[in-house]
Amino acid sequence: MFKEHIGKQSNKVKNNVERGAVRKFAEAIGDLHPIFIDEDTGKNSRYNRNIAPPTFPRVFDYGTIQGLNLPNKGLIHGEQTYHYERPLLVGEEITCYSVIKNYFEKKGTQGEMGFLVLESFGEDEMGKLVFSSTQTVIITEAVRKVLIG
Amino acid sequence: MSSLAELKVGESLKEVQLDPVDRITLIKYAGASGDYNPIHTIDEEAKKAGLPGIIAHGMWTMGNLAKLFTEFYEEGFIQDYTIRFKGMVFLNDVVTLKAELAEENENILKFNVRAVNQNGNEVIKGDVLYHRYAS
Repeated sequence: MFKEHIGKQSNKVKNNVERGAVRKFAEAIGDLHPIFIDEDTGKNSRYNRNIAPPTFPRVFDYGTIQGLNLPNKGLIHGEQTYHYERPLLVGEEITCYSVIKNYFEKKGTQGEMGFLVLESFGEDEMGKLVFSSTQTVIITEAVRKVLIG
Repeated sequence: MSSLAELKVGESLKEVQLDPVDRITLIKYAGASGDYNPIHTIDEEAKKAGLPGIIAHGMWTMGNLAKLFTEFYEEGFIQDYTIRFKGMVFLNDVVTLKAELAEENENILKFNVRAVNQNGNEVIKGDVLYHRYAS
């Protein structure tokens, strides 16, 4: 039921790597390192400013993919990847969007499982890629039944 | 370890053992990340989902594991970070973060990374390709 969505892309959304959000995120993962939060450390670093932790893109808005309705509950996060061209800089604007890369089904211990692969991208103000990520979401048979029914 | 340059293949970064997982930590991660799936914060919702109790966000553990590399920010950055979520992390679990240098190819250091619980079971596992700056 997700197969027909393969290749669909979301609208692009501008996100800011906001200083307060970076601090909150760094605190939440127990990594309040000065390179993320202290302005002087950022200025004196090779980046000339603070950077964000590599899993920070979790907070970004990637827009909406028309017709894709994923429930908030019952999904299993199977795999996650990040690829960076360079670290994210605090204060910069990143344009984000997602694409449905793949969907396939496999027989598992909990019945037929669906695997949805979402690829996401973040571009800088010049339109250059800063990061890409893939997220594999496992949709259990119970959840698929609810979606169909 | 003050510099990655001193690290040899087969050696590991200094392990980090996290404090026992508590609810407020997961509430903070929910707020900071925007992931409000209630199986991470509310007992009844976790039970309804067939779990014995609330579980940590997989991305919380993945976020924690990356901090083994934070202090080397002047030497390079995490270019690729790949994780498989293998096991659940429950309240009061004690998670240890590990990274072992597996290969070195010019400016790329490949680390095998994982987080294990107090029983020695892997909860997440994957690799980091660390891009080292030329100078």
